[in-house]
Amino acid sequence: MVPRFVKAAAPVAMMMCAAMKPSHIPAAVTSYEAHYASARLIPAFARKYGLRCSACHTIWPELNAFGQRFKDNGYQLGNDRDSPIWQSNSYWPISMRTTPQFHMENTTHQPIDPSPSEATITQTGFDLSGVDFLLLGTLHKNITFGLVPTLDADGTTGLEAAFVRFDNLGSSPWANLKVGKFELDNLLSEKRFTWLSNNGGFLYAYHYQPAGSVDNYTFGLGDNQIGAEFSGHSINSYTRYSVALLATDDGEAGLTSGKGVDAMMTLSQAFAVGSGLGPQRVGVFGYLGQRPTAFETIGGNPIPGTGSAFESFVRVGATAQLWFGNLELLPLVSHASDNAALGGSTQKPAWNTALLEAHYVAHPRLLLQTRYEMLRMSTQADPATPKTFGDADAMVFGVRYYPFMHSRAGMALHGEFAMTKTTGMAPLSGDGSGVDALDPATKVWSRSLLLAFDFAF
Amino acid sequence: MNPHTRWISVVTACGAALLLGGATPLAAQEAHVGNLTGHAAAGKPLYTRYCAGCHGDEGDALGENAQWIDPKPRDFTAGVFKCRSTASGSMPTDQDLYNSVTRGFVTTNMPPWVALTPQNRVDLVAYVKTFSPRWRNAKSAAPLTIPPEPAPNIQGILHGRELFQHLECWKCHGPAGHGDGPSAHDLTDSKDNPTRPYNFQTGTRFMCGETNQDLYRIFMTGLDGSPMPSFADQLQPAEAWDLVHFLRTLQPLQTREAAIWREWVATHGRELKPIGPEGGGR
Repeated sequence: MVPRFVKAAAPVAMMMCAAMKPSHIPAAVTSYEAHYASARLIPAFARKYGLRCSACHTIWPELNAFGQRFKDNGYQLGNDRDSPIWQSNSYWPISMRTTPQFHMENTTHQPIDPSPSEATITQTGFDLSGVDFLLLGTLHKNITFGLVPTLDADGTTGLEAAFVRFDNLGSSPWANLKVGKFELDNLLSEKRFTWLSNNGGFLYAYHYQPAGSVDNYTFGLGDNQIGAEFSGHSINSYTRYSVALLATDDGEAGLTSGKGVDAMMTLSQAFAVGSGLGPQRVGVFGYLGQRPTAFETIGGNPIPGTGSAFESFVRVGATAQLWFGNLELLPLVSHASDNAALGGSTQKPAWNTALLEAHYVAHPRLLLQTRYEMLRMSTQADPATPKTFGDADAMVFGVRYYPFMHSRAGMALHGEFAMTKTTGMAPLSGDGSGVDALDPATKVWSRSLLLAFDFAF
Repeated sequence: MNPHTRWISVVTACGAALLLGGATPLAAQEAHVGNLTGHAAAGKPLYTRYCAGCHGDEGDALGENAQWIDPKPRDFTAGVFKCRSTASGSMPTDQDLYNSVTRGFVTTNMPPWVALTPQNRVDLVAYVKTFSPRWRNAKSAAPLTIPPEPAPNIQGILHGRELFQHLECWKCHGPAGHGDGPSAHDLTDSKDNPTRPYNFQTGTRFMCGETNQDLYRIFMTGLDGSPMPSFADQLQPAEAWDLVHFLRTLQPLQTREAAIWREWVATHGRELKPIGPEGGGR
């Protein structure tokens, strides 16, 4: 079996992880923490427009229908106050978010020295997240910008997003063009996640890669990507679509991969049915990607940008956002497969995921939430690999309470308990030693307990 | 708890429930838009979520953001609304309020809430109607009937221009519609807050809509609470349409009225008298 940290330590992957590393999630011991997303809430918009957080967020950072329309419209409300020329000179479109916390991570069957030995590893204590600097707004009417520098708790800096967007081309909401590094148009957004713990703060559906994948193949639907996105929506954003052409480097700047292009498509439709907090929305997505399997080399090391012999991978799925009064259900199903060359063996690895997330918005200041996700391998790249190797089950429970709700800042008291069960494989959280269990049939349990103050200004 | 005390508790609780349930207008207030019925009780949490930051928890325009907003948010306790289809001084229809929530007000901080479901919006309308006793006391008024719009022509536009002069619209809106008339800087609303007249040169939409019918309705009903009066007693429908067609020529839009006007001015511009204190309109 391929130890996960060995794969992650490959040169290209290392560069990618450095670029993707999130800032507000607790630092873990392996680079798989890169899979965590940094969530968004932007009090700068609330200050600009004088709206409470709850106007745009079901419960921040998750967007509601009004917030989704605001984002789709290029962070514009559609009145005369959208252009920055209307703002006071003292207005500065920046928000900052960080999360001081206490957390405990407990992972079973972790290989330790001397080999072969295993132990349950518990890591606990007070910790810090990094800081997200969220600069987003309008340069002019119908010209939007986004810039998200990040500062990790260990001092590492990053650039998670940087884009410009031309909105309402030809005065039509159906035509918008965004260029740069940005979040994919995922209906179930990890960037606006209400989960923060190591084991709960990401989706296997968005980040899983099977054992044996080649070193320079790194991809996550939840990772910000570099490219161009053409998107559109109806006046109320009930109908939405996007088509994106993306670089083949999983969001890493510097033309590291090659001349290939990935493509992403999304389509969703909302219906004003029922009396819930929002409309009922269903959507589909598809990602067709490719990665090089050969590079020119110097001294045996790959030369960035010289990738060739591209091989493909696919992610397709369907998701929904359903409201029953104050109860929100977010189901998602997806199928994924990789070319055999990317899988590192003779067969095309394939797997399926299904999840159901539930939010009970008791009040704009109180959220009770849970999620269950399962991942099942259907085909292993290596026929000799046990079929269940890599299967995962993840459960998480949480509560967020917001002591106040206004347009200047936000704070949440966040409690979360997450647990994952993986078969043979180390959990994607990277908790423990980050190495697969000695026996591929072993059920590895990883648990996270997080108590945090999540605030933004 | 002994039986006697328990009985007292039960009776007290029932009495309180009856009192609250029967006396609170929240429970009974409804709004009707199309085939939707809005309920104030359902609208209250939505109001807290979306509206209270500006309009205040009590609907008194004293939300925490109100101090930063210009123009100030609407005070629902006064029961005075600008955008109506009803006569000046009367209450708006539920449809009027629903349209306002949906459309927003382009010249203010009030955004269009079109992304909310229709049921959410009509629930909000029902709750907004709980803030002022005028909703219980005032007689319901019938909406204005807008007659069919005649096709614009140069005679009508010129007549509209004369009305713009004669009715002294220019005193606030300015001779060219720039919102810079001699009275423009002294205007206040019904709460003594400074207010500005509409600038036709920069605006492509109006506060209460964007169609010719909306414009017709604005000056036939007036904008209650603002200096903009109703001209229903001074204008016949045909005259009102002439004024609409003239006002369209003041906007930076490619409209039929603007095309007719430009063509006429190219050959007859010198015949025009200036609008203003000395003007005659033509």
